[in-house]
Amino acid sequence: MEKHLLTGNEAIARGAYEAGVKVASAYPGTPSTEIFENLPNYKEALYSEWAPNEKVATEVAYGASIAGMRSLCAMKHVGLNVAADPVFTAAYNGVGGGFVIVTADDPSMHSSQNEQDNRYYAKSAKLPMLEPSDSQECLDFMKAAYDISERFDVPVLLRTTTRVAHSKSIVTFGERTEHPVPEYKRNPAKNIASPANAVRNHAKLEAAFVELEKFANESELNRVEMNGNKIGVVSASIAYQYAKDAFPEDTSFLKLGMTNPLPMELIRDFASKVEKLYIIEELEPFMEEQIKAAGIECEGKKYTGLLYELNPQLIKERVFGEKADGVELGVKAVSRPPALCPGCPHRGFFYTMSRHKDFVVAGDIGCYTLGGSAPLSAIDSVVCMGGGFSVAMGLAKAFELSGQTDKKVFGILGDSTFFHSGMTGAVEIAYNKGNVIPIVLDNSITGMTGHQDNPGSGYTLQGDIAEKVRIEDVLAAYGYKNIIIVDPQDLKAMEKAVQDALASDVPAAIISRRPCIMIKRIKHDFGKCEVDASKCIGCKMCLKVGCPAVTVENKKARIDLTQCVGCTVCAQVCPKGAISRKE
Amino acid sequence: MANTKSALLVGVGGQGAILTAKVLVNGLMKAGYDVKMSEVHGMSQRGGSVSTQVHWGEKVNSPVIGKGAADIIVAFEKMEAVRYSDYLKPDGIVVVNDYEMASSSIAAGLESYPEGCIEELKKHFSTYSLNAAEIAASLGSSKCMNIVLFGSMVKALGMESIADWETVIRETVPAKFAELNINAYRAGHTAVK
Repeated sequence: MEKHLLTGNEAIARGAYEAGVKVASAYPGTPSTEIFENLPNYKEALYSEWAPNEKVATEVAYGASIAGMRSLCAMKHVGLNVAADPVFTAAYNGVGGGFVIVTADDPSMHSSQNEQDNRYYAKSAKLPMLEPSDSQECLDFMKAAYDISERFDVPVLLRTTTRVAHSKSIVTFGERTEHPVPEYKRNPAKNIASPANAVRNHAKLEAAFVELEKFANESELNRVEMNGNKIGVVSASIAYQYAKDAFPEDTSFLKLGMTNPLPMELIRDFASKVEKLYIIEELEPFMEEQIKAAGIECEGKKYTGLLYELNPQLIKERVFGEKADGVELGVKAVSRPPALCPGCPHRGFFYTMSRHKDFVVAGDIGCYTLGGSAPLSAIDSVVCMGGGFSVAMGLAKAFELSGQTDKKVFGILGDSTFFHSGMTGAVEIAYNKGNVIPIVLDNSITGMTGHQDNPGSGYTLQGDIAEKVRIEDVLAAYGYKNIIIVDPQDLKAMEKAVQDALASDVPAAIISRRPCIMIKRIKHDFGKCEVDASKCIGCKMCLKVGCPAVTVENKKARIDLTQCVGCTVCAQVCPKGAISRKE
Repeated sequence: MANTKSALLVGVGGQGAILTAKVLVNGLMKAGYDVKMSEVHGMSQRGGSVSTQVHWGEKVNSPVIGKGAADIIVAFEKMEAVRYSDYLKPDGIVVVNDYEMASSSIAAGLESYPEGCIEELKKHFSTYSLNAAEIAASLGSSKCMNIVLFGSMVKALGMESIADWETVIRETVPAKFAELNINAYRAGHTAVK
């Protein structure tokens, strides 16, 4: 059988294909994005799309499930916060065709604003949960998840973490199984979540969970590896792989693939066969608390801690006190935080905002979160997707009520974020007459997650051309009478746009518009900027734009030509005209 | 775990660590090893510090390692070699590009680039340093810097015989860059002694 080296995400996409999924909808988010980037490989067999946000994606996939089709939605951990509303009720109503929700958690927050443990969603929404620990399991568990969903009439949560989603391991493929779709028939008692039906459906869900626990105790998804009677480890997900490397060879394992509901009888039986039981899991004591509550003696978080990712060496150190033998060098690396790329259209915007000490800027999630880093330091807050506009509204209201009228409040978010959940914030500001200028940083792509299309980009996930939704038309429909569209790379125009918006007598909004320089299908006007050393006075103004290509050496500005794309933002801030663009 | 080897490929987002790791794992798979590899995506790719791990052997469990556990670090930028050096085993190997990239905090004048990175690495580890950027440029494109370093890595680990690396490179990189990258591999291989 042919073997493939796949990331967990690629394997989940393959698993969806083999499981006979026909409809799939998602919003991109690290570390889940590549699942859907791989689904168009199977577009002859299944429809896949980027939805405007995770709630919409979940509802689209669930609608297809109601119609009897196997369907999929996927999101990063915080995406499930957005999607939580339909998820909780879908658990009551149950499924038609199998319905799987993939959540990709991000312990250590490689690319996230928090490290929430989404296993608790499975518990509180009452969803059976599978946790693969490598790419082969990603594929196999997807197929198992659809069988469980249909057998127990409930959506299934498949949870990965960054190291499952983004690690590659060897996978053997199977064949796709088609699942016939029955003719649709209306079923109000099941599918209408009215109180009367919900009362019944909640009881149905609880009954299903009793059966699911029996299933978990017998399922091959949970596996005992007896190697000795001294130490036993209960583990799941990537933590299982870490524990395998960290514990002595005579350690026995209860490797769980299904972690909600927990197979408590199996755990009790395993615990009775070992002298000491460890629960090895990342983040919260999700399993440990339940196992302890069942009266089974064990330890886990006492050693492993609640924060960040684990790895084999950390487990050895924390459980057995074995320090890693590292070498300490006499030289230290300084920080290398991510930064806006050279030529990033957001740079001119943030430079403009950074020049005004009376500006208060509520930011959002995306590449432009980096506008909060030094030296631009032009953002006051970042909370969540779509929060930029509405948090700004609250700030402005508080300043108004506390008499801090000198402060000028802006809400900023990107084009994809605008469609995700920024639009409602724009309505809020317009309708409730907020003293806020909403600004859409429109770079024509979903940037941070690696260039996914969105309703403003004109293409779909499967590569078809779509009618662009024009942000200015949306804002106009909300009641913005003064919509200023500006090229942020022109610093004078950018400053004027901000001042005009602040002076506007009618509701004003700004669209800061220039495509991301990394978009391949657009022809960019690239060049190089050079420093005339005889004109440079070493004032370091050019460093204030925070471009990785610009440094000052021996009191003269220097531009790294391998990085520079000739955007001229540094040239525009030079008081001596020492920087100019050469083709 | 005793019979596995692990490599850390470290550098700055956008330097091509993921492609290099792909060449390595394709060769290891052909040689019949169990392989796991861990990549980093998302925010840190934007000019931040990145690391890709490759772990191989008869049977591999964890795709990632912790401190003091790597057999080799291949650094695309010299300060990054220093940053991750505590992941090396005390008898580990460093292949380091004698190439300096200012971080955004250095560019902004908030911090300064550390002096003596390579000298310090040489004091503690078996260290191979080369200017892969210059070698790549002399071959026609600075883009193949990553495969120059890969050539040095194969030499440093003595892995020439486990796979036909030139064929692996040809099969892994886009066809129009195959010759360039094979030349880069050869140049990297001979650049270290």
